[in-house]
Amino acid sequence: MLELKHIQKYYNAGTVHEMCMFNDFSMKIADGEFVSVVGSNGSGKTSLLNLICGSIPLDSGSICMNDVDITHMPEYRRQRRIGRVYQNPAMGTCPSMTILENMSLADNKGKPFNLRRGTDKRRIDFYREQLRFLGLGLEDKLYVKVGVLSGGQRQAMALLMSTMTDIEFLILDEHTAALDPKTAETIMELTGKVVREKNLTTIMVTHNLRYAVEYGNRLVMMHQGQAILDEKGEAKASIRIEDILDKFNEISIECGN
Amino acid sequence: MSIIIGILEEGLIYAILALGVYITYKILDFPDLSVDGTFPLGAAVTAMLILKDVPPLLTLLLAFLVGALAGCITGFIHVKLRVRDLLSGIIMMTALYSVNLRIAGKANLPIFSKKTIFDNTLLQQILPEAGKPYRVTLILLLITLLCKILLDQYLNTRSGYLLRAVGDNDGLVTSLAKDKGLVKLVGLAIANGFVALAGCVYCQQKGFFEISTGTGAIVIGLANVIIGTKLFKNLRLPGWSASSKNGEKRQRGMKATTAVILGSLVYRACVALAIALGMAASDLKLVTSVLFLIILVMSNQKGKKVTVHA
Repeated sequence: MLELKHIQKYYNAGTVHEMCMFNDFSMKIADGEFVSVVGSNGSGKTSLLNLICGSIPLDSGSICMNDVDITHMPEYRRQRRIGRVYQNPAMGTCPSMTILENMSLADNKGKPFNLRRGTDKRRIDFYREQLRFLGLGLEDKLYVKVGVLSGGQRQAMALLMSTMTDIEFLILDEHTAALDPKTAETIMELTGKVVREKNLTTIMVTHNLRYAVEYGNRLVMMHQGQAILDEKGEAKASIRIEDILDKFNEISIECGN
Repeated sequence: MSIIIGILEEGLIYAILALGVYITYKILDFPDLSVDGTFPLGAAVTAMLILKDVPPLLTLLLAFLVGALAGCITGFIHVKLRVRDLLSGIIMMTALYSVNLRIAGKANLPIFSKKTIFDNTLLQQILPEAGKPYRVTLILLLITLLCKILLDQYLNTRSGYLLRAVGDNDGLVTSLAKDKGLVKLVGLAIANGFVALAGCVYCQQKGFFEISTGTGAIVIGLANVIIGTKLFKNLRLPGWSASSKNGEKRQRGMKATTAVILGSLVYRACVALAIALGMAASDLKLVTSVLFLIILVMSNQKGKKVTVHA
């Protein structure tokens, strides 16, 4: 369970560019929830993810993970239970290392990074199996450097790598935005499959309203640092793309554009 | 013949330095100028220890450890105090200049009368008479190869994987729930350990500690690394490179560490050539810099992108 309580976050505090991102923002995400987050640019979607992961500090308020206060925990420690996939496919893999080496790195998450061999030969078949699951033919390219793969292939690997170990939370930051429609579809299907199989609590930020409607069991729409729409269960299931679009228009009129 | 031996000896010593620079420059993507301080640091510590009759072999280990400690401090300045990478190196390099003088007591400390690693009695006994003139070269080759093998082994451990990952994409290291700052610190420690080790060997081979040897050490190191990686890394000898396993082709050029050592030898040969063509010994640093510049420009013209930090 993830709980954000009374979050206060200002950007460029104390300067002329001061901007209030969150003002007394609270949200609770229960175990097993798959939250799709939509909203216009600058509405606070990515800030929300960054706050949860600890990439940016918050001004006041607290964040709890499974009832443990992680507000002041450094980013890298939080990542022990979190897997994150970024918009940029290059963020989730090491380009100068081979596919096998990348898989080994991901597999060692949570284990001590000591002087044992980096790649456990007995695990190679398992990695091959996992890669075959992607259906991109990567299982035959174990000794190829990830840097030569396409964006879609890298993103598929990033997804696989971030969910390889026993994580509880999956953070997806517009992870299909940089991909062509066909690859985006593949990655999205894969995401649904992984989340179901591993029963991960997921937060997915997306600009693709169809994905937001089709996937997940909760839908949140962000606007100026607030959740102006938050539907779960039955209500979420009945939401159509048109409903979200209407809501978007409503906001735009309010803002005067 | 003596020229070739000279090139080999100096080349092999600077190859150890280059292995250290390879870690920071190529793997960590960190322009570490503290090398200019840690190279003579290794030499100063060694001269001091040898004069105190510490066993020569032990000085290798101690010099490495002292260098590693210096690397840790550079890392600490960069990671914990959040000083820019280039500046942390400069701070460390400048500070070490005084530290080195403190350790050695003066700018030039001879150890000619003392036994060094090159006066190994065991090797003298087993080496045939004809091999005697090559004793120093052989010992240097042994040390350099040992360093290379150890580094290769390390880079294939879990910890080594993490080191390679941090220079490549430090965000991934964070995702693996590891402190990227700590990994950088470890990398800098190992790199400067190698550099100080090179200083240690240099001091014992020359028979003295000299404060000015540090000036331009980073340029020499970078030149070696860049020549090595540009010239030899992608070299594939027929019938040697393509090994296949489980029907998969492994694309394997030369190991980077091997390439760096070869680069060091080539670079030494170029310097020796310049000297042979009539440059004075005092022009050495000028030759070093100009050669480095030529190499940089040439590698740029190949159309390959090189990030120049220094």
